[in-house]
Amino acid sequence: MNVKKLAVLGLGAVAALSTLPMSSALAQNEQFVPMLVYRTGPYAPNGIPFANGFRDYMKLVNARDGGVGGVAIVTEECETQYNTQIGVECYEKLKGKGPTGATVFNPLSTGITYQLIPKSAVDKIPILSMGYGQTAAADGRVFPYTFNFPTTYWSQASAFVKYIGDKEGGMDKLKGKKIALVYHNSAYGKEPIPTLETLRAKYGYDLQLLAVDHPGQEQKSTWLQIRRYRPDWVIMWGWGVMNQVAVKEAAAINFPMDRFIGVWWSGSENDVIPAGDGAKGYLAGTFHAPGHGFPVHADLLKHIYSGNEAEAKANNWGEVLYNRGVVNAMYVIEALRAAQAIHGAKPLTGEQVRDGLEALDLTADRLKALGMDGFVSPLKVSCLDHETMGPVRIQQWDGEKWSFVSEWIEPMRDVVRPQVEEAAAAYAKENGITPRTCG
Amino acid sequence: MLYREAGLFKTTYTADQALFPIPLDRYFVLAVLAVAFLVVPLVANEYWLQAVLIPFLVFSMAALGLNLLTGYAGQISLGTGGFMAVGAYMTYKIATGFPDLPIVVAFLLSGLCAAAVGVLFGIPSLRIKGFYLAVATLAAQFFLSWMFNKVPWFYNYSPSGTVTAPPRTLLGITVTGPEASAEVRYLLALTLVAVLALAAKNLVRGRVGRGWMAIRDMDIAAEIIGFRPYRTKLLAFAVSSFYCGVAGAMSLFLWLGSAETEAFSINVSFQVLFMVIIGGLGSILGSFLGAAFITLVPVFLTNAPQLVGLSMPVDLQKHIELMIFGGLIVFFLIVEPHGLARLWQIAKEKLRRWPFPY
Amino acid sequence: MEMLRALTYGPLVEMWEYPIFLAEVALNGLLTGVMYSLVALGFVLIFKASGVFNFAQGVMVLFSALSLVGLMEHGVPVWAALVLTVVIMVVLAMVIERVMLRPLVNQDPIILFMSTIGLTFFLEGFGETIWGSNVKRLDVGIPDAPLDIGGVLVSTFDLWAAAIGATMVVVLAIFFQKTPIGRALRAVADDHQAALSVGIPLRTIWVVVWSVAGMVALVAGIMWGSKSGVQFSLSLIALKALPVLILGGFTSVPGAIIGGLIIGVGEKVAEVYWGPAVGGAIENWFAYVLALLFLLFRPQGLFGERIIERV
Repeated sequence: MNVKKLAVLGLGAVAALSTLPMSSALAQNEQFVPMLVYRTGPYAPNGIPFANGFRDYMKLVNARDGGVGGVAIVTEECETQYNTQIGVECYEKLKGKGPTGATVFNPLSTGITYQLIPKSAVDKIPILSMGYGQTAAADGRVFPYTFNFPTTYWSQASAFVKYIGDKEGGMDKLKGKKIALVYHNSAYGKEPIPTLETLRAKYGYDLQLLAVDHPGQEQKSTWLQIRRYRPDWVIMWGWGVMNQVAVKEAAAINFPMDRFIGVWWSGSENDVIPAGDGAKGYLAGTFHAPGHGFPVHADLLKHIYSGNEAEAKANNWGEVLYNRGVVNAMYVIEALRAAQAIHGAKPLTGEQVRDGLEALDLTADRLKALGMDGFVSPLKVSCLDHETMGPVRIQQWDGEKWSFVSEWIEPMRDVVRPQVEEAAAAYAKENGITPRTCG
Repeated sequence: MLYREAGLFKTTYTADQALFPIPLDRYFVLAVLAVAFLVVPLVANEYWLQAVLIPFLVFSMAALGLNLLTGYAGQISLGTGGFMAVGAYMTYKIATGFPDLPIVVAFLLSGLCAAAVGVLFGIPSLRIKGFYLAVATLAAQFFLSWMFNKVPWFYNYSPSGTVTAPPRTLLGITVTGPEASAEVRYLLALTLVAVLALAAKNLVRGRVGRGWMAIRDMDIAAEIIGFRPYRTKLLAFAVSSFYCGVAGAMSLFLWLGSAETEAFSINVSFQVLFMVIIGGLGSILGSFLGAAFITLVPVFLTNAPQLVGLSMPVDLQKHIELMIFGGLIVFFLIVEPHGLARLWQIAKEKLRRWPFPY
Repeated sequence: MEMLRALTYGPLVEMWEYPIFLAEVALNGLLTGVMYSLVALGFVLIFKASGVFNFAQGVMVLFSALSLVGLMEHGVPVWAALVLTVVIMVVLAMVIERVMLRPLVNQDPIILFMSTIGLTFFLEGFGETIWGSNVKRLDVGIPDAPLDIGGVLVSTFDLWAAAIGATMVVVLAIFFQKTPIGRALRAVADDHQAALSVGIPLRTIWVVVWSVAGMVALVAGIMWGSKSGVQFSLSLIALKALPVLILGGFTSVPGAIIGGLIIGVGEKVAEVYWGPAVGGAIENWFAYVLALLFLLFRPQGLFGERIIERV
């Protein structure tokens, strides 16, 4: 017994004395891109394909093009488990790595994004929360270091309403229609509410809000309320297990699936496959194409998986969230390119990359050169507009795969932008930020 | 040899009743405080402060609070996260409503709010005991989470319901908000923890603490010897919730900077309970040791593979980390079920005889 | 005024006016309650026989379902996968007894509780290392189609779940009442030392009880996993079982079922009728408040053993 206890004491002492390794110095010709990922925990099924897509595209840029402007891209993953507190630790761990520090953070979680936004301006490391996070950050005057292009939840909500209006035969037909919003009861899920409320006042539809608590395994009461309310359309802002259960429950009450639209985080293969045939016809928003029919996918297959399609598929190649990871990585790479155009082809600091993000201009020609023609839509970021309010498309699940069922839908800029500026101004006031002027 | 208790002669009652009657203990505590206040801010980098030490202090405070309730007064609580949320949101409301109020005052006021809420949810403890009492505190946990999520007044009607710590100064130095340096936030957290830990240490050796322990050991017997269960239990809930409330305020203002109710979820309640059990029920020191174990060991395990130059996929690493962590908990419990504080006790006993054990 | 009405008697009027919908809410609540009971049963079994509040029950649900799906994905037929999973759960029970319970015999309940938390962490890591973290579709052939009974819509899947839950309770009741090992289990539950002194092997009993709890976890895992796909979140349903457990009493098998039914109906009715007035998502805390109300009258749960205190 004594020996055992001493061993424990010793163990404790070792644990207490050990220190953490910090710098791996050596200023090389490298650009460090940190990756916050979640490959474990309740949201891992969504985190894995995204992280794989991001990682593969970064590898592709190194393998095919020899990096960006001759500067190799180095990545390091840090596991957050979608947990804000671990996210903070990861941020602190990664922000100083590489010869010039972390380039740009992709927090991949609304909670972590909110956490990092105040820090980003102080540490001068930009944040790219691609289509998630704080919508108000679209106002570049108040949030110089935060970017949320190509489009935000508010823009997306307005695009959904447009789509619904279109299906009903015109926006004037929305009057008296009933729409239910099923949302994840968190900062993320509440995002679309202000926009949907504003549009309700404008178009006169009826709106019911139904909150689902994390994790959302049990939604009987939500769908009972939908049975009672009998909405014409259901919009869902869900995440993780909540999506699968919602799709299943909707099928269980015979709700027409082609009138059930999920946000872009509720529209991956993961969300529909567990529901089986019941999920057929389910709709979801997106800002990039599904499938693996684009030249960039061929490149990924060739350079990363040496043409082995089975292995590529085991790494989620071509899945919706994989593609989203690819898009995110492409935005980072193109921003680096734009930054190099300003500051020269060398490893850049976060501050310099920020300039690149703000000068990002993805034209149709450029996308074609990247093998992404029709994969995403062109965009142009500006000092004033960090969102670009890109268009949204609706995709449908046919039991096998996702495919587009709508054209690109432009969000309602006249409705969303004033709300963004109002929210940004409120944030600036509360946190004592003086908005910069955009020249 | 190194650690002596014998040969100390106390000549006054004051000396006999001192907080740390043995000089060596006293010097040790002073030395730890001196290192924590003077040396650590100089040598620790931002990663250490922000990702390791500040969370450790926040959780120490929460564990201290829960230990007073569970360890000393014997009332199991799974509402810690909820009480922390009260502290965090009330501090936010006070700090944004009265920008000129010193932020420490806001911390303490919100601690009082948490105490009031704690008393409210402590009332069922008069009738319900043991694991069943957990239901009352779980009701508190879920209800408070829901309330801070649904009542927009608490988060100043921001569209997403997230609260962000506004910048505030203390004695002319920025202590909260993104501009506040990690050192300053660490020192403020440390001061709060040190002061309140001493207060707790004082509390538990006096009449109040003895009442709690009597109730814990057998409430009927305690009642018979003259402790009123009503007041004693509710006081325990109040004091404990006060500590948890301050911990919540610290976690929003000094650590996270921005939070939604998810940051004070049931997981936090469980985590703090683990800390108290692993550290040692009914021990002030145990609260710190438990907080250290639960917050530092995962950080250590995450970084260990790199330390020895091992590189593996992050998911596998996390899984192995979970397995080792779980294994360590079971191992420690088997070796010493009474917590890490008891191990410390044993170490002291060993030191007393060292280097001539018999 | 509108608000006040919606908070107080408004919903009652609605219930009166649309009795069919009320029936649907109640029926769905009952069926959900059975699903909660499936999880709560595992807790009760272990608590009853060993006084351990098994925090790892949720992760056992996940682990068993993961094993089942994992085996099926490797081409093992359903029945063989089921048998193999049961074997895995029995082996797990033996390992737990040997490594964890035996060294901790006679410790405080809270220490044993803490050790099951260690087990939780371990199983989380272990299960995901072996079977991966993706969502896996689980289809064991239970039909899932909406069924319209006189305007009341229920899912056939939920009816099956209820039938399976009921069968399980009957089987467990017979097991406890009629078999020698069941009698031994009850003896251990009543008094460890007395049971030991009449020659009941405590260790075997523990292995049996953890194995049975493992199988109950498997059934719960199948039912819940068919709904949402098998994934990490399955381990979180333990939280939904807690109010059921507390309401029914930690030591009563029928208590777990009746507790589940009460919680199921209570929270659904509250959420559907009173929830909208206050912003929704009240069912989580309402379940606890409901359990609390019952506890104020019976502090040891509806069917828990009466606490007798002596000084």
